[in-house]
Amino acid sequence: MTRQDKSTIFSRRAVLKAGGALVISIGAPATLAHAADDAMAIAAKPPLTPDQLSSYIAVNGDGTVAAYFGKMDMGQGLFTAVGQIVAEELDVPFKAVKVFMGDTATSVNQGGASGSTGLQEGGKQMRMAAAEARRVLVAMAADKLNVAADQLTVTDGVVHAASDAAKKVSYAELIGGRYFNVHLDWNGKYGNPLYAPGKAQPKDPKDYKIVGQPIKREDIAPKVFAQEDFCTDVKVPGMVHARMIRPAIAGAVPVSVDESSIKNIPTAKVVWDKGFLGVVADKEWDAIKASQQLKVVWSDTAPPFPDQAALYDHIRKAAPRKRSVEPAETGNVDEAFKSAARVIEAEYEWPFQSHSSMGPACALVEIKDGKVTCWSGTQKSHFVRAGLAAILEMPPDAVHVIWTPGPGSYGRNDADDAAMDAAVLAKAVGKPVRVQYMRNQGTGWDPKGPASTHHARAAIDAQGNVIAYDFVSKGFSRVDVDTNGSKPFDTLAGQTLGVALKSGDGFGVPAESYKFDNKRTAWETIPPLLDRASPLRSSHLRDPVGPQIHFASESFMDEVAAALNVDAVEFRLRYVKDARDIAVIKAAAEKANWQTRPSPRKDQTGDKVSGRGMAYAQRNGTRVAMVAEVDIDRRSGKIWVRKFTVAHDCGQIINPDGIRMTVEGNVVQGISRTLWEEVKFDHKTVTSVDWLTYPILDITETPEQVDVVLINHPEIAPSGAGEPSSRPVAAAIANAIFDATGVRIRRVPFSPGNVKSALS
Amino acid sequence: MTQKFSLNVNGKASTVEADDDMPLLYALRNDLGLNNPHFGCGLAQCGACTVHLDGQPIRSCITPVSAVGDGKIVTLAGLGTPDKPHPLQTAYVEEEVPQCAYCINGWIMTAAAFLRDKKKPTDAEIREALTGLKCRCGTHMAILRAVKRAAAMMG
Repeated sequence: MTRQDKSTIFSRRAVLKAGGALVISIGAPATLAHAADDAMAIAAKPPLTPDQLSSYIAVNGDGTVAAYFGKMDMGQGLFTAVGQIVAEELDVPFKAVKVFMGDTATSVNQGGASGSTGLQEGGKQMRMAAAEARRVLVAMAADKLNVAADQLTVTDGVVHAASDAAKKVSYAELIGGRYFNVHLDWNGKYGNPLYAPGKAQPKDPKDYKIVGQPIKREDIAPKVFAQEDFCTDVKVPGMVHARMIRPAIAGAVPVSVDESSIKNIPTAKVVWDKGFLGVVADKEWDAIKASQQLKVVWSDTAPPFPDQAALYDHIRKAAPRKRSVEPAETGNVDEAFKSAARVIEAEYEWPFQSHSSMGPACALVEIKDGKVTCWSGTQKSHFVRAGLAAILEMPPDAVHVIWTPGPGSYGRNDADDAAMDAAVLAKAVGKPVRVQYMRNQGTGWDPKGPASTHHARAAIDAQGNVIAYDFVSKGFSRVDVDTNGSKPFDTLAGQTLGVALKSGDGFGVPAESYKFDNKRTAWETIPPLLDRASPLRSSHLRDPVGPQIHFASESFMDEVAAALNVDAVEFRLRYVKDARDIAVIKAAAEKANWQTRPSPRKDQTGDKVSGRGMAYAQRNGTRVAMVAEVDIDRRSGKIWVRKFTVAHDCGQIINPDGIRMTVEGNVVQGISRTLWEEVKFDHKTVTSVDWLTYPILDITETPEQVDVVLINHPEIAPSGAGEPSSRPVAAAIANAIFDATGVRIRRVPFSPGNVKSALS
Repeated sequence: MTQKFSLNVNGKASTVEADDDMPLLYALRNDLGLNNPHFGCGLAQCGACTVHLDGQPIRSCITPVSAVGDGKIVTLAGLGTPDKPHPLQTAYVEEEVPQCAYCINGWIMTAAAFLRDKKKPTDAEIREALTGLKCRCGTHMAILRAVKRAAAMMG
């Protein structure tokens, strides 16, 4: 797979020029008679629908394979892993496969980057499509060679008789430059659950040659040599630059806008409609200056937010908008607590957090001849297409969204808002508009990971057994605005333009296999602090609500273990029942050389102390256990997470290096979220607006060592790796701090000031 | 006020017309078509816009184009090519460092100047040299491996 060579037919620009019909023959034997296989291979591309094999796989005239993927790689190596799966099933060399991701003109809606399902759902479909393509090609070869299909085999894209290698025909000769005309058994669903198998069975994992190998990512070199465009880099003729203007008091709208205040800036122009306010100019610097210079009178709006110090009280006191017990309660929790010899109870708190992507979001929209083209770093290009169509009042078919790598993405960040803003601006000025937010908007105005409280209690009998467990999270919804920009009411553009609102409710429960006779896990969501165009609107941030919930639940298990004077690993092994869960807990403990003893340790004096902590979780089939080893300076409150040990089981491993790097990223980002990250706000608005006011982990604070133990289950379909190792990080650190100090910290972040006051 | 400025970027002389307070970043990106470096913060807090000015890493997002004078600018694209890569570029590819990759100008350009001046640095010296740079994906472990690998290549 190469993305580096821009001159090949596979570059994104080529895709664009070809208008989505990418298959171009190179020396294709177009004149060969294919009467017998015309049913399966045709010259005209079938419609781009999920029930067509051609929507996923094409063989070019030179025998290379194009794989069209309705998801995208946010940097964790999915691009490579999908290429491995397709090459494996088709029996072509890995380098013969090119994966095209997230372009609405060449892929069907497989859900975009979403919930670590790149391989779990997206890879599953690509595997079935590639297997079906191989089956069809072998059938075509059988016809051509006059050899029964079961007597044929495939080596590097050449079908040949098992007994006579001279009897052969290549994929290129069979179909190169034409399209599969093969119907798949589509389940009728779009997005993550889309599934459309053919008649073929995929390979037995024991026959794998490419899947499971640590094949290197070829998407890195183009970036390292500055040869690849990000969405921030795309330019089209006639394009103008734009910046958005947000109010100083959240909820305020412009009452008057003095366009003469920017008349000294060449070409600068205001776009103002209700609460939507932006400026455009031919030059980017002029747009920036105009956005800073424009005089605006804002509505006299009461500051909408409470004291930040009262945030958790607000959450505790607010009437829940929705409550959900998941799964159904086991036993009778309330009754069991009545018979408890002892009750252990604790409450945990997690702040709003920002995606704070490396760069603020950017999008480019061109509206021309009744067609819309959008370049965006969104995680969900097909949904953005729907959003643009809605806000521009155009049919979705007229909208083409080209996913182009953006400046980082960890969920529903500001990318979809930027795409919608660009569309509104482009329509208003009649020119292609590139909008990029400024840093204070990238941090201050992205959708936030929700703040929450978590109440846990355990009932203990006279023998020290846990007889009941009750856990409830209460917080802002993870879908106050939804996970994608398909509906204007979920975007700042729609909300500032006054569309009817529809705030969603969603949270979650701990994902684990602790077996207690009486067990209840629940969540409650409360309404947003400001219902429209809020800088504290909440949505998905990497492993949505997973870090919050498992910080609480896995800290609490540690609290119970300590209260019972039981070693933290021993306690988990006593109650965790799933065999794969047990295996990751044991693997992490063993790799970390875990010494069995209760916490806290009592053998340290002085200001510099250290400790170890364990936490574990599941996530949609994946299991992760981790051990944090931390050093603490009691005087400064400064914590260094010196070492992390992670055991990870996501079923079948497609690319071990890809998982290792992804886990490392999760761990480091997780440490950052645990030690530093808290969105600050005052009564008026969010005051975390840059890297000083929203600090993240520095390289000087990075662990010395992150050990990753991968447990491979080739027989189990792959589950995700993009997020599971995010969720136990905070609890592992909290448990290590407790081990070192005997002090339990129940509120994130563990910044030096917070830790120092907790320890004093 | 709009003026003409002569710039020497990656060994090539060119002229841009810009306000004297316009940061160099926009001249590189929009006038000279060099898509590296990137806009990350506009505040010199993250490093995504880093280029070399006479061999020293600077943040082009806060450096006015009028302040460059006849200094020689080198961007990531000018540091090395696939045929003649800088050791850090080789190491970045080998170690598969980036995830989103938007931050890499800061790390590579800062590390390139550091490793040029400091042979055989310790782990602590590398961390200290790179402090303040941001990577939101959390690729810090891989960054450290790559810089050590490059340091070994550079003797």
